[in-house]
Amino acid sequence: MIVIDSLTVRFGGVTPINDMNLTMTAGSNGLIGPNGAGKTTFFNVLSGFVRPAEGTVTVFGDELLPMADFKRVRWGVRRTFQTEQAIADLTVYENVLLIEEHSGRKSSTRRADVIEAVEFVGLGNQIGRAVGTLGAAERRLVEVARAIVGHPRLVLLDEPAAGLPEDETEKLGEIIKQIPDRTGAMVVLVDHDMELVSATCDEVAVLDFGSVIASGKTQAVLADPLVMRAYLGDDERVQA
Amino acid sequence: MTHANPTDNRLPSILTAATPRRVITFVAFVLIALLLLPIVLSAFWMKIMFEMAAYSLVTLGLGLLVGRTGIYSLCQVPMMAAGAWIALRVHYLVDLPFPLLLLISGLLTGLLGIVIGLPAMRLSGLYLALVTLMAAGAITLLLTVVKFPNGGDGFWGFDKLNSSGQNILPRPSSATSDIAFYRYTVVVAAIGFLVAAIHITGKPGRAWASIRQSEVTAVSAGVNTTLYKLWAFALSAAVTGVAGGLIVAGTGVTTNQFPVEQSITLLAVVLLGGVYNLWGAVLAAFFLRVFPQILDKKLGLPVEVLTMLFGVGVISTLAMQPKGVVEDLTNLGRFVGSKFARSERAEHEGVAT
Repeated sequence: MIVIDSLTVRFGGVTPINDMNLTMTAGSNGLIGPNGAGKTTFFNVLSGFVRPAEGTVTVFGDELLPMADFKRVRWGVRRTFQTEQAIADLTVYENVLLIEEHSGRKSSTRRADVIEAVEFVGLGNQIGRAVGTLGAAERRLVEVARAIVGHPRLVLLDEPAAGLPEDETEKLGEIIKQIPDRTGAMVVLVDHDMELVSATCDEVAVLDFGSVIASGKTQAVLADPLVMRAYLGDDERVQA
Repeated sequence: MTHANPTDNRLPSILTAATPRRVITFVAFVLIALLLLPIVLSAFWMKIMFEMAAYSLVTLGLGLLVGRTGIYSLCQVPMMAAGAWIALRVHYLVDLPFPLLLLISGLLTGLLGIVIGLPAMRLSGLYLALVTLMAAGAITLLLTVVKFPNGGDGFWGFDKLNSSGQNILPRPSSATSDIAFYRYTVVVAAIGFLVAAIHITGKPGRAWASIRQSEVTAVSAGVNTTLYKLWAFALSAAVTGVAGGLIVAGTGVTTNQFPVEQSITLLAVVLLGGVYNLWGAVLAAFFLRVFPQILDKKLGLPVEVLTMLFGVGVISTLAMQPKGVVEDLTNLGRFVGSKFARSERAEHEGVAT
């Protein structure tokens, strides 16, 4: 369970997250909102890249914010980014191993953990290839493998399907949906693709101007007129 | 389900698509060739080859920083001077076997490297390069004041009355001649390269690769960037310190032998040789010590031409081949290899029909 209490982030005069209060309980959670709503800033807070001005984040009973950024991986935070972070000149195996060997897991299970993660995303036959030689969809899967290797507790996926064609997005959605059962981790997915969000997430929260304007079961939230207005604007909603 | 071997690409790309066996064979071949060089070279060229072997550790150190972690340092030449200073100072303090002296020199220079690397926690790119250049200036200035130790008293160990200008460290008893010490240096350099290869292909190498990609990549992978950046600085300085110890025993050192501007030339040749490949460091050492002598002794060209050539070389490298000349040579080798394999295959097919 993730409990976000009165979270506020300020960058000078800008407040990208403003008194955010939210409790996430489902295995797969979506976080949606228009551009600039504060979704990535929220992920940056959870990852330790941004220090909030106020508030607390408690995940499975542990206070996340006092932890040093790099130590959060050891605790179990994993993350993908909008821009690819897999290292092109390392192999798929090495890219996943990089996370595993800094996650504090025993070295005796390291190889098996890495192979399991790579197989889970369906890249078992590409494991020895340099990531730079893979296609865009495969590189995205490497990112997902990096996010689930070892013993993750909180998996943050920031627009993992950006730029992917429909069939690849669908395939990715199938993989994301299995993450909670397979690893025991909670997933938080940020994406603008509502089909992907509704296909993979049990619950959804909507951010607008840094505050949560709706949260709950996915279908109910997506049908909420307030959410539609925040996403589409009044004029577009009327036309829709 | 069958997997490609995950370790296939984990060795440094000494030869592209190289299997471990091929790499070992090639390294052994180069080592044997280097050790047999004294049979065909004159005493003068042996001295130059000794310098190349020792400087390959310096270029290796800088190549590790630039190529593996993306950190630009302009303090490598004073680090070598520091290694030489430490070796001399420890020698006059206690009578130790030469390998132990080299080890201490490497370790203490590694510690100095950590101090120089501290600004890297906050700075990067041009700003860090400038700070390291300032540190280089400070070390060089300090050296001109305190001089190299010559058996004097006190912490600095310099006796003004006993000063001859040049300081030489006694060589190990097993390698007192120039040829034997050259071979000794080649072996020490090979060990240095092996240590670097172990780092690059292991956990530190992957952590450095993530730092080179971006700080965000590294932190989100759980990498303690402070630790691994300082580790890179320490290793880089340590191998350079060992090179300093070898130089002071091989040719001796003088106070003005390590000018600050040489650090800039060093960075140029390291980029020219190739920073993403260990062989690039060997090539850089060749450009630094052997190439100028070829220009001077064989072609009769003035040394100033060298600066221009390096300038043109660096520009063309950065613009056209960021992986350096070593990548061009690798591609050439691959091309020749494929031609050779094709003609051999055609020959076999001809025999079969």
